[in-house]
Amino acid sequence: MATGAGGPLLSIRDLHVRIGGRDVLRGVNLAIASDETHVLLGPNGSGKTTLLKTILGMPGYEVDQGSIEFKGVDLLTLEIDERARLGIGIAFQRPPSVRGVKLRQIMELASGGRAGEGRLSAIAEELELGQMLERDVNMGFSGGEAKRSEMGQLLAQQPDLALFDEPESGVDLDNIAVVGGAIQHLLKGPLANDPRRAGLIITHTGHILKYVNADVGHVLYEGRIACSGNPLDLIADIGRQGYEKCVECATCNL
Amino acid sequence: MQPVDNTAQLRNGSPATLTRLAEIRALAESAIDKPAALGPDIDISAFTTVSEQQRVDSLASLEKQVRETALMSGFTADESQRSASYFQMDRTPIYERVAEAFGGAIEIMGTEDALVRYPDEMVENYWWTAVAPDKDKYTALVALHQTEGYFIRVKAGQKVDKPIQACLFISESNVSQNLHNVIVVEDGAEANVITGCNIGTGVKQGLHAGISEFFIGKGAKLTFTMVHNWDQDFSVRPRTAAIIDDDGTFVSNYVLLKPVRSIQAFPVARLEGARSRAVFNTIVSGLGDSVIDLGTEAQLIGEGSRSEAVARTVSRDNSVVYSRGRLIGRTNDCKAHLDCRGIVQSATSTQWAIPDLASEGAPGAELSHEAAISPIAAEEVYYLMSRGAPKDEAVSMITRGFLDIEFPGLPDALRRQIDAAIEETSRESM
Repeated sequence: MATGAGGPLLSIRDLHVRIGGRDVLRGVNLAIASDETHVLLGPNGSGKTTLLKTILGMPGYEVDQGSIEFKGVDLLTLEIDERARLGIGIAFQRPPSVRGVKLRQIMELASGGRAGEGRLSAIAEELELGQMLERDVNMGFSGGEAKRSEMGQLLAQQPDLALFDEPESGVDLDNIAVVGGAIQHLLKGPLANDPRRAGLIITHTGHILKYVNADVGHVLYEGRIACSGNPLDLIADIGRQGYEKCVECATCNL
Repeated sequence: MQPVDNTAQLRNGSPATLTRLAEIRALAESAIDKPAALGPDIDISAFTTVSEQQRVDSLASLEKQVRETALMSGFTADESQRSASYFQMDRTPIYERVAEAFGGAIEIMGTEDALVRYPDEMVENYWWTAVAPDKDKYTALVALHQTEGYFIRVKAGQKVDKPIQACLFISESNVSQNLHNVIVVEDGAEANVITGCNIGTGVKQGLHAGISEFFIGKGAKLTFTMVHNWDQDFSVRPRTAAIIDDDGTFVSNYVLLKPVRSIQAFPVARLEGARSRAVFNTIVSGLGDSVIDLGTEAQLIGEGSRSEAVARTVSRDNSVVYSRGRLIGRTNDCKAHLDCRGIVQSATSTQWAIPDLASEGAPGAELSHEAAISPIAAEEVYYLMSRGAPKDEAVSMITRGFLDIEFPGLPDALRRQIDAAIEETSRESM
C-alpha cells in the first residue's frame, strides 16, 4: 500500500468499533496517501459504512481499541465539525432532509465562506443543480438529485480526504456519469497539474469505477480488511466467485 | 376601572343605532365575569385603563426609544415607504396620517372618531358584527371600557401598494389597553396592513385586550401582519374575526418572538363569499415562563372557498405552547389544509398541537391536516456538523430554517427584521 512521500494522510491502526455493544470492526488497518483513491468492497454488514462514520466522528460508533490519525492529528479527540474543518468530507448515501436550510446555504457552509457566487454557480453548472440551490436540502430530492447535491457540497468544501458511501446506489445511468465525473474531478482534478486529493469510496457494484480511477481496493469482511489489491481485479474476482471464495483465496495467499 | 362611555358621543345616531349600542352594552355587562374558554383566567379588575397622552405632529418627534421599539414590530418613523400611519400611545391616537398620494384611497382614524363620523354605518355594518361582545370577559371589557383602536378603510377599487402601518403602544404599568380595531377593504381594493403591538422599556404588568373586526369586500384582498413585542409580565387577549366576501382574500401573518406572561387568541376567518380564501401563517417562539395559546379558525361557508394555515412553534425554557387549528366546512365545494409543526427545545417546556376539523352538512368538504412535534433531529445536526458547522451553529441554522416560512406580502424591511429576530432567538437557544 502506498504511503506517499510524507507518510499517509490518513492512518488507521488496529481499529475496533462497537455499535450498541456489538463488535462491528475488529482490527482494521488502513493507510491512505494524500493523492490516492481507495475503494472499499465487502458484503452487507461487513462494516464499510461503520468505518466511514467512525472516521467522520458520528456518535454511536464506540472505538474500543486502535487509532485514527489524519494529518498527524488524533481524530478520535475531535468533534464532527472539527474533523470537517481539518479536511474530511463525505458524500452520504442517504442524507437527511433539513427543512428551511437551502442547498446554497449548506454549500456556503461547507466552503467555510470561501466559495463566492462564481464558484457556486460553476459547481451548480457542472452538477446540473439548477433550481436545487434554492430548495430545502434533500426535501423531495430524487435519488439522483440527492447524490448530485452531496457532490456539490463536497466540491464546495474541497476536502483533503473525501469519503463516498455508495455513490452509485439508487441512481440512474445518466446520474452515475455526472456523479462519477464530479468524483474524478474532485480527486484527480480536471487538469494534469491540479492537486490530487485522497478518496475512499464504498461501492457494491463497482459501476462508479468506470468514471473514477481508483488506485487500491480493499475487501472488508467480518470487520477486518481481508484482502487488498487492484480494485478492478478484486471486483472481477468477487463477481466470479463471491466474497467468501474471494476472501478464502486471499487468506491462503497470505 | 373607570368606564369609558362611547354611547354619549353618539347622539347623532339613528334610533336603531342607539338601540343596538344599548344591546351591545347589555350583552357586555352580562359577560363581564365570564372566563374565556381557553387560556389562563385574568383578574381584569387588577388594572386601570390606560391614560390620555399628548398628540404629536410628526413621528420623528416620538422619543427615540419609542421609535426603536416600534421599529422592531415593523412600524417605521420614516413614512416614505408607507401609505398611511396610525400611532396610539396608551389611550390616545397621537398620530394619524395618510400619505398625499393615497389621500383619496385610505381613511385612517381612531374608532371613536369613526363612530362619531359614521354612527349608523359603523354600528350597522362593522361594530361588533364579526365578534360578539359577550364572547367572554375580554370582549366585554372592551365593549364597556374601550380605549380607542384604529379604523382603516380602503376605498373600492383602490390597490394600495405601500403598506399601511399601525402601532399600539403601552407606556404605563398595571394598565389595560382595551382596543377595538376595524379594517374595511371595500370591493376590488387591496391593502397590506402592518400592526405592531409594543410596550415601553421598563413597563411591567398589564393587559392588552384587542378586538379586531375585518371586512374584506368582493374581489378585495387584505394582507394583515401583526408582530407582538411583549414582556414576561404582560397578558394579551386579542379577539379577531374577518368576514370575506366573494373572491376576497385574507392573508394573516402573525409573529411572536418575545416572552409574554400569557397570550390566548383564536382568530376566525369567515369565508362567506364564493371562492373566498384565507391564509394564516404563524411563527411563535416560546421563551421563559410564557403561556401561549394560539389558534386559527377557518369557516368555509361560500362555494369554492379555500383556506390554508401554517404554524411553526419553537418552545424553550419553561414555556407552554398550544398551537390550535380549526377548519369547519359548511359547503360541499370547499378545501382547507392545516400544517402545524413544533420543536421542543427544553425538557421543561410543553407543546400541544391540536388540529380540529369539522364537516357540517358538507359531505364534499376536503379538510386535511399535518401536525407534528419533534425535537431537532440529531441526524440533521450531525449532517450540518459534517459540513463544518459547530453544534450550536448547526442547531441555530435548523431552528432558523424551521421558523422561516414564507410570508406573502411582507415588505422586505419587515422580513429582514423578522429574520433578525429569529436569528437572535435561534442564537439565544444555545
